[in-house]
Amino acid sequence: MVSTLDQIFVLLKHWLVGLLPSVLQPAAGVLLSVVAIVCVFPALFALTVLLERKGLGRMQNRLGPNRVGPFGILQPIADAIKSLTKEDIVPLRADALIHFLAPLVLVVAVFLEFAVVPMGRNMVLVDMDASLLFFFSIGASTELSVFMAGWSSRNKYSLMGAMRAVAQMISYEVPLLMSSVAVVMITGSLSLVKIVEAQNQYTYGLPHWNIFTPWGCAGFVMFAIAATAETNRSPFDLPEGESELVAGYFTEYSGFKFALFFLGEYLGMFSISGLGTALFLGGWSAPFSFLWWVPSWIWFFGKVMLSICVLIWVRGTLPRLRQDQLMNFAWKFVLPMTLLNLVDVALWRFLGEGWLRWVVCSAVMLVAYVAAALTGLRRDHIGPRSYRYAE
Amino acid sequence: MLGEGILKGLAETARNAVGSFVSKDRLTTVEYPEERLPLPEASRNFPFLVYDGTDWEKGLRCVACQICEKECPPKCIYIDKSKDKKPDAFGRPQIYPAKFDIDISVCMSCQICVEVCPFEAIKMDTQYELSTDDRFGGLLLDRKELAKSNEYYHQIHPTEASEVDAKLAAEKVKADAKAKAAAGAAAAKAAAAAAAPKPAEAAAKPVVLADAPAAKPQGEGD
Repeated sequence: MVSTLDQIFVLLKHWLVGLLPSVLQPAAGVLLSVVAIVCVFPALFALTVLLERKGLGRMQNRLGPNRVGPFGILQPIADAIKSLTKEDIVPLRADALIHFLAPLVLVVAVFLEFAVVPMGRNMVLVDMDASLLFFFSIGASTELSVFMAGWSSRNKYSLMGAMRAVAQMISYEVPLLMSSVAVVMITGSLSLVKIVEAQNQYTYGLPHWNIFTPWGCAGFVMFAIAATAETNRSPFDLPEGESELVAGYFTEYSGFKFALFFLGEYLGMFSISGLGTALFLGGWSAPFSFLWWVPSWIWFFGKVMLSICVLIWVRGTLPRLRQDQLMNFAWKFVLPMTLLNLVDVALWRFLGEGWLRWVVCSAVMLVAYVAAALTGLRRDHIGPRSYRYAE
Repeated sequence: MLGEGILKGLAETARNAVGSFVSKDRLTTVEYPEERLPLPEASRNFPFLVYDGTDWEKGLRCVACQICEKECPPKCIYIDKSKDKKPDAFGRPQIYPAKFDIDISVCMSCQICVEVCPFEAIKMDTQYELSTDDRFGGLLLDRKELAKSNEYYHQIHPTEASEVDAKLAAEKVKADAKAKAAAGAAAAKAAAAAAAPKPAEAAAKPVVLADAPAAKPQGEGD
């Protein structure tokens, strides 16, 4: 019974595919999984937008949307109808084709990322050997769509937003990769399925998740920072800084194209949260061994939604960074720390079992963190501004 | 320590998020169409016409002197004087406004009409839900729409309305006394005139003044 519930979607798929002639079965199986992904995540997106608006409201002691339906739960439907019925305006001097393609490229790329994320035991669309590599290469192509949108709009704000976005995404791509490489070094595999399975072991009822190691904890923090920046979330939402750039690279988008950008952004959050879950939070494995009977997909989606909640919480708390602060933070703090984390992982790997590696690896990261705090990010040279006016 | 501020900030927002479910004091939002804040007594937006008694047409204090029409900076008041006279709330024959329109799309809520009115006939309303789908007719309020009872005035501006009532009552007492005195004087003069018929024209004057102060500014207006 328990294993049936755990595998319910897999069994359902096999049963549905079994109804078809054997020639069509492989294609139908893939198609069914794709349809499931394309349905589930946009639904989750609608839920998340509502959760975000209500949550941010509560953090600011407001009520949030509460007009449509009981407690405002039908708000996403109203938003969808609104964005579908709005006029789609393309600027006169815009490059119409690129302008049209940009949101599509974004959404398609983001959906492709879900292909390799394991969402439960045996629940992965494509079990590649190098799925992590696939994820990052597809993830990097979202930068293309952002720049397409900014360039084709023929608008100063769009272009500046796009340039900021590309600079930011490329800068944070490096620490994102570096913090993931730590996990690859320990597991010895680029396959996300194998990475999750490696974490699905228990000692005294406690899981072997990567986050519960010194290098994993530091790596997860770095990963979370870089992921926030990758998805253009606050406090790293400079590309769409409302106060200075109208809406950044999607300034000139309206109606459903705007909705697609919005969707792409949230799907990006889901996929990167899914990746972080698989790499550091044990993917679909239960947090305690006595909870083994809860279906694996519940753990995966629970962890993803928890990450989303943390992202919303951070968004409700932190103000937007300045461009130079953003770049300084990426290149002078996060990147060196992730590089040091690689050394830490190597130490962990070769110090063998026992308490020694816990002490050494924790000390390395803590000392580095304190040193960075005391020296690296100190800014004595910044004082009151002096202005020089033209004569 | 690096990152301490971020943690403090996160704690603060978490406190807000949880606290807004626990204590109602935190949520300052007034959900407008269902609930609304009481208006402060000094609030005002557009003028209305005060009437005494129960019949708005009979009880209008306005005597169509047109001072407010002339003083109105954006010229949003339109008055037509009546040709005949009608008894007002106190039974005295008065000219009344045959037409009294205020275009609230033009009105700038300056309250100058209220300040210049010698009859306490025009006051500021607090009604703010005036949106309409008729851009011209819907925003041009006529006599009937402008007329509000003195009781309503007491409701929206209690202190001011009491002061106005006291003032009007004092004026009425004064006017009655004057009228009485004038009537007495007139009677005496008439008696004297009967004895010496020459200064009869002079005796007629106080009788006209006896109707003041109600009638005096009307002459100025003309």
